[in-house]
Amino acid sequence: MLYFARWKVVLILLVVLAGIVCSIPNFFTREQVASWPSWVPGRQLVLGLDLQGGAYLLYEVDKSSYEQKRLQTLVGDIRTALRQSEPRIGYTGLGVKKDNSVEFRLRDTGRIEEARNRLKDLVNPLDASLFAGSQVNEFAFDISDDGLVRFTFTEEGLSQRIRSVVNQSIEVIRRRVDQLGTTEPSIQRQGEDRILVEAPGLDDPERLKTLIGQTAQMTFHLVDVNANVQQAIQTRPPAGDMLVYSTDDPPVPYLVEETPLLTGEDLDDSQATFDQRSNEPVVTFRFNTAGARKFARVTQQNVGRPFAIVLDNEVISAPVIREPILGGSGQISGNFTVQSANDLAILLRAGALPAQLTIVEERTVGPGLGADSIEAGKVASLVGIAAVAIFMILAYGLFGILADVALLVNMILIFGALSFLGATLTLPGIAGIVLTVGMAVDANVLIYERIREEVRNGRSVVSALDAGFSRALGTILDANITTLIAAVILFYLGSGPIRGFAVTLAIGIVTTVFSAFTFTRFLVSMWLRGRRPSKLPI
Amino acid sequence: MRLLRIVPENTHFGFMKNRFISFTLSGTLSVLSIILFLVMGLNYGIDFKGGTVIEIATKNGPANIGDIRSELSELRLGDVQVQEFGAPNDVLIRIERQQGGEEAQQKAIGLIRDTFGDTVDFRRVEVVGPRVSGELAQAGTLAVLVSLFAVLVYIWFRFEWQFALGAVIATVHDVILTIGMFAVLRLDFTLSSIAAILTIVGYSLNDTVVVYDRIREDMRKYKKMPLLELLDRAINQTLSRTTMTSFTTLLALVSLYTFGGEVIRSFTFAMIWGVVVGTYSSIFVAAPVLNFLNLRRGSDASDGKAEKGQAETA
Repeated sequence: MLYFARWKVVLILLVVLAGIVCSIPNFFTREQVASWPSWVPGRQLVLGLDLQGGAYLLYEVDKSSYEQKRLQTLVGDIRTALRQSEPRIGYTGLGVKKDNSVEFRLRDTGRIEEARNRLKDLVNPLDASLFAGSQVNEFAFDISDDGLVRFTFTEEGLSQRIRSVVNQSIEVIRRRVDQLGTTEPSIQRQGEDRILVEAPGLDDPERLKTLIGQTAQMTFHLVDVNANVQQAIQTRPPAGDMLVYSTDDPPVPYLVEETPLLTGEDLDDSQATFDQRSNEPVVTFRFNTAGARKFARVTQQNVGRPFAIVLDNEVISAPVIREPILGGSGQISGNFTVQSANDLAILLRAGALPAQLTIVEERTVGPGLGADSIEAGKVASLVGIAAVAIFMILAYGLFGILADVALLVNMILIFGALSFLGATLTLPGIAGIVLTVGMAVDANVLIYERIREEVRNGRSVVSALDAGFSRALGTILDANITTLIAAVILFYLGSGPIRGFAVTLAIGIVTTVFSAFTFTRFLVSMWLRGRRPSKLPI
Repeated sequence: MRLLRIVPENTHFGFMKNRFISFTLSGTLSVLSIILFLVMGLNYGIDFKGGTVIEIATKNGPANIGDIRSELSELRLGDVQVQEFGAPNDVLIRIERQQGGEEAQQKAIGLIRDTFGDTVDFRRVEVVGPRVSGELAQAGTLAVLVSLFAVLVYIWFRFEWQFALGAVIATVHDVILTIGMFAVLRLDFTLSSIAAILTIVGYSLNDTVVVYDRIREDMRKYKKMPLLELLDRAINQTLSRTTMTSFTTLLALVSLYTFGGEVIRSFTFAMIWGVVVGTYSSIFVAAPVLNFLNLRRGSDASDGKAEKGQAETA
């Protein structure tokens, strides 16, 4: 046990060296590390959101509102399919039912087959590449003998739809968040219908939330000037119109045509700037070619009429068309501040979210608390390590010093491994390291107590040391593997900061076995060879 | 230099003689914990119940808890708790889960931000909606159960089944007493409490396995020694190590508790408790319980096989 072949000595020293090399970048700033040659390891510890401040936002696609939207569209499509082409097929009671289906009844049960033919294109086949061989439709429908038609979502169709909604949303969110210019936000899918946004080092999480939280569906509508708004509020808007309110305080009601003239998808670009006359913040926009042509035609036909710019069902501006706008660009002047104008421009550039997203979990930490936590973590670790180190010397003398050297090596290895793996260090992670310190010396304690015992049993120096190490090994392994099991499970089932704790705990266990067992044994054997003691100072 | 010892060398405490006392104590405490858990329940934090936790720091001088409380009560957000949190200008606000799904939680935060405006610094905001909290509770319970089971399998694989069962009994004992502690002190039970419990599971097993290892070794060495005496001997042999390790771990944890900041204080408190209970259980529960599980000398895996082999040839 106490003899080390030369290659083993080299290996042990190499491991320690690797630990040192991997920890070094943490003592330099990011900029300094970036200027190093590429063969030098430059990875640094990543601080978790709880240490550097930032936002952890878990969004969920609002499935039910998305389903409702799709079903509403389906109702429109059914209406078109049965009415538009001649001969028309009569039906009654078309609408969305509570159980997420669309139902209606054909007036003439003799024309069921004809209706089936026209409706069969509405099942909306989706891209089937994922399910080779079988075609996936978004909807399924059947017609009973008495003419009742019922459309429902297919399970695979819906989940495929939600998946693509999530993917599109991630793209849109990325475009929006990138414009904020924070450091490396991470945006990823979680589970079937969730998106996790992690933005470290953010000063104003509220702004991020506002940016992500808006669907930003922009539409341009003509205002219906012939109908009476008050009457519409009391009863209901005339057919083809809808009632929307402005963002003013108090909100002004508008009756606008239901079908938008143009939508945000027709936009090419959008910028925040200042109005040349009033010097107020405004948002300018430019349509793409098709959009510009359409906008030109509409403005030519409707000079003198107001139109409404609607964002997420709220009128942000309702200017009167004074002259035909042929260039395809315009400006929105609402009551903007510089920031809200900027944000709207960002939203318009990034495009609309395909569905409403709701926050299901939010954890934001301000930079102040993060800095405090780092400080507290540092103090706690240093005091903890110092206390344990002093105690070890008091309890085991020279061997305590050896254990402390091993502990130092252990710390270096933990930091090296964490940096090398690019693991995230969280506050519970620091707790994990401090706990490791307490438990790391356990292996030393096990060995030393065993050696004491063997000495008491009358063994010689070398034989006591040898027996101490070899007998303690099994125990050390058993004891650490059980803790490792708990750490691994914690990693798989935990999230965020807890995961950070599990990672440091697990790494700590592995490095502990090396430093406390192999490295201490190495130190002891060096001491033995140098001193050739006749009595153990333990 | 005289070296420091927590317990003297070569102790001969009669742990087994007093096993009925320790069992009565452990049994009573465990039953009490379970009753407390069932009757009073735990003070679940937002991770499992949903709701909002906000930590604010007032910018102008120390916070006036009373004022903050009355300002918040005007918002009608249901159960709102306001408490000091470390420094005199730090305040922790807990708001119960709002009725009306995920958006309602966000609305509540908006109201609070409007109320305080620029007079405070929002150091931390945590919101857990109803859906996520349910999932977190499930994952947390699962984590504890799975880890107990995995460890049971590992020890079974390495030792006899009596050891596996004994270790799990001792560990479950620690988990139950920890939950009891949470119930009595009304500490916030959050995700980090689950992490603390899992760490306690790991630590307590670590401690137990060391004692078991020695029992197994002694069983091979002293085949004729009566089991009770043998168990006593093994506990005494490892006593010095058990106390030493607990002490160093406690040193580290107390430093974390004192200097690690308010955020992880309840986490470290739970672990300190766990280390104390875990140490107690590996001495007073894990080993004595083997006697009740009919662990006989010679039932060690290798010996058992040898005996079987002899029986067949005879």
